[in-house]
Amino acid sequence: MKYAYFPGCSLSGTAREYDRSTRAVARALGLDLEEIPDWSCCGATSAHATDKLLSLALPARSLARADRMGLDVVAPCAACFNRLRTTVHAVRSDARVADEIREVLGEEYGARSQVYALPDVIVNRYGLDNIAPRLKKSLGGMKVACYYGCLLVRPSAITAFDDPEDPQTLDRLVRALGGEPVVWPAKTECCGASLSITRTRVVWQLAAQILTAAQKAGAEAIVVACPFCQSNLDMRQVQAQKWSGRRWNIPVYYFTQLLGVALGLSPGELGLESHFVDPLGVLRQKALV
Amino acid sequence: MRGAGAGREAERVSKAVLHLGEGTEPGFLREVEQEAGTKVSLCYQCGKCAASCPVSFVMDLEPYQVMRLVQLGARDEVLRSRTIWLCASCTACSERCPREVDVAAAMDALRVLARRAGYRPAEGQIALFHGLFLDSVRDTGRVHELGLMVRYKLKTGDLFSDLDVGLPMMRHGKLKPVPHRIRGTEQMRVLFWRVRARETAAVHQSTGAARESEAAAGGRPEKGGEGR
Amino acid sequence: MKRIGVFLCHCGSNIAGTVDIDRLQEAVRKMPGVVYVEQNKYTCSEPGQEQIRKGIKEHRLERVVVAACSPRMHENTFRRTVESAGLNPYLLEIANVREHCSWVHRDREEATAKAIDLVRRAVAKVVFNRPLQKARIPVEKRALVIGGGIAGIQAALDIADAGHEVWLVEKEPSIGGRMAQLDKTFPTLDCSLCILTPKMVDVAQHPNIRLLTYSLVENVSGYVGNFQVTIRKRARSVDEAKCTGCGTCWAKCPHKVPSEFDLGLGQRKVIYVPFPQAVPNKPVIDREHCVYFKTGKCRVCERFCPTGAIDFTQEDELITERFGAIVVATGFDLFDHSRYGEYGAGRDPDIISGLHFERLVNASGPTEGKIRRPSDGKVPRSVVFVTCVGSRDDHKGVSYCSRVCCMYTAKHAILLSEKVPGCRSYVFYMDMRTPGKGYEEFYKRSQEMGTRYVRGRVARIFREGDHLVVQGEDTLLGRKVVVEADMVVLATGITPRRDAGELARTLGISYDQYAFFNEAHPKLRPVETNTAGIYLAGACQGPKDIPDAVAQASGAAAKVTAMFSKDTLTADPLIATVNEAICSGCMWCKPICPYRAIDEKIITERVRGRTVSRRVATVNAGLCQGCGACTVACRDGAMNLLGFSNEQVLAEVEALCR
Repeated sequence: MKYAYFPGCSLSGTAREYDRSTRAVARALGLDLEEIPDWSCCGATSAHATDKLLSLALPARSLARADRMGLDVVAPCAACFNRLRTTVHAVRSDARVADEIREVLGEEYGARSQVYALPDVIVNRYGLDNIAPRLKKSLGGMKVACYYGCLLVRPSAITAFDDPEDPQTLDRLVRALGGEPVVWPAKTECCGASLSITRTRVVWQLAAQILTAAQKAGAEAIVVACPFCQSNLDMRQVQAQKWSGRRWNIPVYYFTQLLGVALGLSPGELGLESHFVDPLGVLRQKALV
Repeated sequence: MRGAGAGREAERVSKAVLHLGEGTEPGFLREVEQEAGTKVSLCYQCGKCAASCPVSFVMDLEPYQVMRLVQLGARDEVLRSRTIWLCASCTACSERCPREVDVAAAMDALRVLARRAGYRPAEGQIALFHGLFLDSVRDTGRVHELGLMVRYKLKTGDLFSDLDVGLPMMRHGKLKPVPHRIRGTEQMRVLFWRVRARETAAVHQSTGAARESEAAAGGRPEKGGEGR
Repeated sequence: MKRIGVFLCHCGSNIAGTVDIDRLQEAVRKMPGVVYVEQNKYTCSEPGQEQIRKGIKEHRLERVVVAACSPRMHENTFRRTVESAGLNPYLLEIANVREHCSWVHRDREEATAKAIDLVRRAVAKVVFNRPLQKARIPVEKRALVIGGGIAGIQAALDIADAGHEVWLVEKEPSIGGRMAQLDKTFPTLDCSLCILTPKMVDVAQHPNIRLLTYSLVENVSGYVGNFQVTIRKRARSVDEAKCTGCGTCWAKCPHKVPSEFDLGLGQRKVIYVPFPQAVPNKPVIDREHCVYFKTGKCRVCERFCPTGAIDFTQEDELITERFGAIVVATGFDLFDHSRYGEYGAGRDPDIISGLHFERLVNASGPTEGKIRRPSDGKVPRSVVFVTCVGSRDDHKGVSYCSRVCCMYTAKHAILLSEKVPGCRSYVFYMDMRTPGKGYEEFYKRSQEMGTRYVRGRVARIFREGDHLVVQGEDTLLGRKVVVEADMVVLATGITPRRDAGELARTLGISYDQYAFFNEAHPKLRPVETNTAGIYLAGACQGPKDIPDAVAQASGAAAKVTAMFSKDTLTADPLIATVNEAICSGCMWCKPICPYRAIDEKIITERVRGRTVSRRVATVNAGLCQGCGACTVACRDGAMNLLGFSNEQVLAEVEALCR
């Protein structure tokens, strides 16, 4: 199984653990990820908030390269996944879009490759059945709140791989790893995403609501599939604790990190040393590290 | 009260009398629908979008109030609002709207139209951030996070918040000091230039139209300021 | 050459104001075949019609053309005029120089030129008109009513009271329908069953009504006045003649299953009547769950029945009968709220539908009328009602308003405040639609009783421990609102029955994109369908409340009794006709016909001294609506439409091209 790999800007920088754990897990599973050569930024929120054509042309540049590789694309970051997939959809539905992109980008883009989210690839396409025999450790009933955030599952007409109100992809994975996915109400509530820098206090409030909901549901950990979500819930958790006066101390893992741990990989391979809220405590408790 | 961080956030909706007909622009609705690709005319202000919106508690206008004002042609009030900049594009609104209005797309369109008409973004820092983000993409092909953060903090004069998280991240090597430059930087530069040129053409086209209705409305938008 | 007379109407200034009638007359005089032409100010008036009669007699006219208003206005009038002068009424043609000419053009020159063309066309056509006779169809004066809810009951009673035989077929073991599930009805707060049961008993006792419950309509063929219907009377496993309804069997039955009537909130026995006031009060064995039918054991009911009425060997009975008219009153289902992921996807027991609440509040319901929440039986202190769930929602494919939910929600709020004093109730609404008599006053009453109405839709509902959190918006204040509730009632909308499409296809009637049955005209013919002889009553035609359902049912009954007041029906003779000499029997016409009016028949003829049989098409005069689709499909030109034959149409075309 081989995919063209689109890491995205965050995975190369502030979300390095996600990239590292994804590659480590892929190696362990025998999933071949070939990085798209000379890929460039998908534009994220800033592009579509500024210019529609730009927001399609930026992803198109990288997608054209994936087309040439003859491979479908996997994008770990939920925002990248959303923007890339939106572009594929736009070009496939309207021939004029391809024309406009060609005019500004200076190269042809035909939307041949499709884009898939990393959870979709691992849980559905690679398949839980293929993961099961490779598991070395069990999460030991760890209560995990699976947090999907917004761009991974909405707009459902574009993202199309899970239910937008009660998605289950990560929950199924956690269960397969021996954990207990909790039922909780903030699964798809937005964390504030790009407002993290510009309106940090809004993000503190939203993160507080999400963390509180996870805590009330009895979660020992939160699992995410997006760098923004991880950052807002982990990095900002400490700040939000100070601001709100509440205490959560809930570690926030990339789902690939928990999967990696269950596959027997070491914390170093999975980037578990660079979190803000200690990720190792819970893992030690469950004899996973 | 409207939640934490109130004060500046807790502005009331304008109570100015809305003179339907004079002082409003019936063409505005079609303009927004065209740019956004969605039928704003169908909104019946049920409020499900606002109830679903994670940030509506800091908005000056609720999302459906923005739709309402667009329907009534209150161009100035909408393009001056903070709501259109605060939208986090999480698309919960669009996903749940019973009339299938793509509210998030309408917000994007209003940001574009505000800039095109020369309005100073009511949330200057947010607009600034988007601009700096895209500058970084234009120059190197990818976002250089450290560079973006530094420039943003310098321009906003807010140097010390987030030092508590910035320093540990640098220690972990998560904030690279030197940006990665893709090989296709020239292509990037040309792409941005071409997109800019198209937008300028659109500005000229709409300025012509705007001037006519400006005269009819008797007011003029505030020009200049941040943003591209 | 036929002697054609042309009568030009001024219609006051409606036509004459734009069309130069004198010039028109000049032009008409020269048209081929025209022997007489005359003007009149108001041709439809008595003097105007007299003028036509005189003209026919004095000038021995064989064909008549009237240039006037739309045929939809006065074609029938002038046909009668012509008939009274001794001429076949179908030897008349109308040239519409008003709606098609003077009313849509302002230029006198153009309008007059067009009027001349229109009359020339009619003159060319009328030459080919043939005298036609209306066919007579016999009428079987027996009506079939499908569905035993309030609409079906009312229709059956009205038709029976008019002296005609009625069969009422109901698929549940008892009649009563949705109304039997309700507790009180708005706006009077009448006890629903108290006002319904007298009518149910009337139906059971009426000498003219044959009641078939636990029965289904399997097959329908035929046409107006002569339907042939096969009904499957399902095996109750109880001999209705012996059963006295004493109730011993269902009291003794050891097995329970969830009750459909209580929407799964309560249970019933395997041998059961759906509710205590059932008509007929004879039970039914649910063979799917009956232990005897599954394993051969038990038979407790049989042992205890004092009259030996249990009959495990009973089989379904197929009954075929002829009916002159059918009234469809099959009612509605409710929107399945599990489609709203944001409202719990149907998984939380304390988030219930409007009909669930109705069963809770009903004294003969699963909680004996006490409001208790389903999860733990606690008395709720705070209840949230959400309207427009599965209505006015394009996203869910139900764009329409269900008409009754605002009212039944207000009713629920009132009943709740009476049964649980001090309980806080909130209604999230988009509009409060109160169009009936006493409805707005009823809503006001609920406001006075303390129900808090919040204008705005609900974004989502989720569970937090032992209560539910409702996140909505008050659009009048422009703020988010959050309510903690013990119970949430979703006012689910009215949808057609899940099997409505299937029934429509069995009957041969049309339905809309939601599967509500189509009325013949949305404004003026609300109880008829486009299939002659089949009528509609109640919510199967569209969402409505009880008063409207009853009114519509009586309307349908009136149509039926009007039909039955004659011994034969006349069929419009402007129908398709087959030239059997040319017809090749390919039967391409048959599937084209939307009214299933074409069938095949075998004819025999002598060819070169031998008798041969061959297949040809044949048109049923009662069903054919004269649409002409078959004439287009016919490859040989054997199919022709009387009144709009190929010859007539081609003559018109030729006249216009001249």
